[in-house]
Amino acid sequence: MSVLVIAEHDQNNIKVQTQVAVAAAKAIGGDIHILVAGQNCQGAADAAAKVEGVQKVLLADHENYGHALAEELSNLIVSVAEGYSHILTVATTSGKNYMPRVAALLDVSQISEIVSVESEDTFKRPIYAGNAIATVQSSDAVKVLTVRGTAYDPVSAEGGSATIEAVDAPAAMGVSSWVREDVVALERPELTAASIIVSGGRGMQNGENFAMLESVADKLGAAIGASRAAVDAGFVPNDMQVGQTGKIVAPDLYIAVGISGAIQHLAGMKDSKVIVAINKDEDAPIFQVADYGLVADLFKAVPELDSML
Amino acid sequence: MKILVTAKRVVDYNVNIRVLADQSGVDLNNVKMSVNPFDEIAIEEAVRLKEAGKAEEVIVVSVGVSQCQEQLRTALALGADRGILVETDEALQPLGIAKALKAVIDKEAPGLIITGKQAIDGDNSQTGQMLAALAGLAQATFASEIDLGEDSATVTREIDGGLETITVKLPAIVTTDLRLNEPRYASLPNIMKAKKKPIDIFTPADLGVDVSPRVKTLKVEPPAERAAGIKVESVEVLVDKLRNEAKVIS
Ligand SMILES: Cc1cc2nc3c(=O)[nH]c(=O)nc-3n(C[C@H](O)[C@H](O)[C@H](O)COP(=O)(O)OP(=O)(O)OC[C@H]3O[C@@H](n4cnc5c(N)ncnc54)[C@H](O)[C@@H]3O)c2cc1C
Repeated sequence: MSVLVIAEHDQNNIKVQTQVAVAAAKAIGGDIHILVAGQNCQGAADAAAKVEGVQKVLLADHENYGHALAEELSNLIVSVAEGYSHILTVATTSGKNYMPRVAALLDVSQISEIVSVESEDTFKRPIYAGNAIATVQSSDAVKVLTVRGTAYDPVSAEGGSATIEAVDAPAAMGVSSWVREDVVALERPELTAASIIVSGGRGMQNGENFAMLESVADKLGAAIGASRAAVDAGFVPNDMQVGQTGKIVAPDLYIAVGISGAIQHLAGMKDSKVIVAINKDEDAPIFQVADYGLVADLFKAVPELDSML
Repeated sequence: MKILVTAKRVVDYNVNIRVLADQSGVDLNNVKMSVNPFDEIAIEEAVRLKEAGKAEEVIVVSVGVSQCQEQLRTALALGADRGILVETDEALQPLGIAKALKAVIDKEAPGLIITGKQAIDGDNSQTGQMLAALAGLAQATFASEIDLGEDSATVTREIDGGLETITVKLPAIVTTDLRLNEPRYASLPNIMKAKKKPIDIFTPADLGVDVSPRVKTLKVEPPAERAAGIKVESVEVLVDKLRNEAKVIS
């Protein structure tokens, strides 16, 4: 058996999600190779070669891959797929974008967002917004998988000494092109990597009031999240949304402020170790998953919390 | 141009699903079924494009059991012009659905295909991408804005760090994110009119596609329950508990 992990990287370095994927690959067993596809991405390939437990890095450094366009990336992955029993990446928006294409081109299923590897062909994955966990078995010759980012602890970024092998880029399909990116520079830890998250919902009333949460988050070294209602109302940008259709997080501490706890929101955070809810409605469903619930007006409670940290 | 959209029949998003005691799946008896919310957004977008004069016809497709006609009727009431059902009782998986949709694309030759970014039952987020691969077309997933031109579309996508804009050559597949639009409600007259709109029915065999499942579900279980928590009476107690009991803050 050998597992091909597709790296998440920023050309210069790998992202921690790559180490999560390698952790899942270790659970499957066999050799682990990493494909780094990008443009001017030697730095990322060098970093991938150092990841614990990796034997080989395939490097596709080519202008076709500078922006991770799904069409080009999936054709590349298929061109190197032969011989691998598993192809795996993390269920980021990038992985979710190209991986099903890879599966379809290989005429196999994809198993999305696995949360555990039971054996080489059997995996657990949440369905119905995490309200049920399915154990599924694949009969396909190649298992194409995405792993949920919170499912495994990342392996160490150090300790490996893999060889790096350049691979050729197949001809470009050329049906899509990148125009621009509006990515917010992060001053705080990334949501999916943070050990503490302070999240605000519709109860925050407006974007300015999120400053209260920012102050608390800064003291705790926390990331800031939000419910869909808060995002839809324009209080905060979309990439802060936690839930079934936003980010799936599992920090050590999740503080939900003015969030009612709709199943779609719970789907994204109920695996957090400790959950705190601050809500003025004592019947809010969020209290059913909260380890510590405080029934209070957030406009009083949050400043008070801030002053005690 | 023609726009093709999808309407998957799924358990309504307001239903609290229950796992069956024999672990064979979730209880679908007497449960409200609806159009997958992301498909509703796809339908709305297509209808708006038609209303803006950028498309002539909106075709809605569903793959699944005979009752999927209810979801097709809903889509027709929201403004789609005609429906296609690929009828099968098979336990459908994204690859099979994508193959059926590919066969429909081959028949209809739409200029744009819009699907939901995921269905809220399986939460797979695969069908649109697989369809694009099988049809050899460009894809723009997780769209929050579509600017449709003659030969290409410029699409803003929701990605982990923020937003990305790409241009895709038409025909292309776009999958919808939540913020693309807010779907309308069907008016009574439109619901009546929808009853007269045509729905064509094919079987996978008619289309020459194999939709049999490749992945076997061994069991379905409820998720691990969280131990019941406590209510704290003040911020002071809360901070004390977080510091000294849960030890998650210093
Ligand atoms: C297909 C689909 C996908 C979805 N995906 C997601 C998703 O990924 N993530 C997500 O979050 N939602 C998602 N939703 C939406 C979800 O159903 C809820 O609508 C949303 O989570 C509600 O957000 P909220 O809790 O902030 O708002 P509300 O439900 O309006 O709750 C606001 C809460 O704030 C409390 N409050 C108000 N004022 C105060 C105050 N002064 N002090 C203290 N408490 C106060 C209220 O008591 C209330 O409980 C999805 C919905 C659908 C249909």
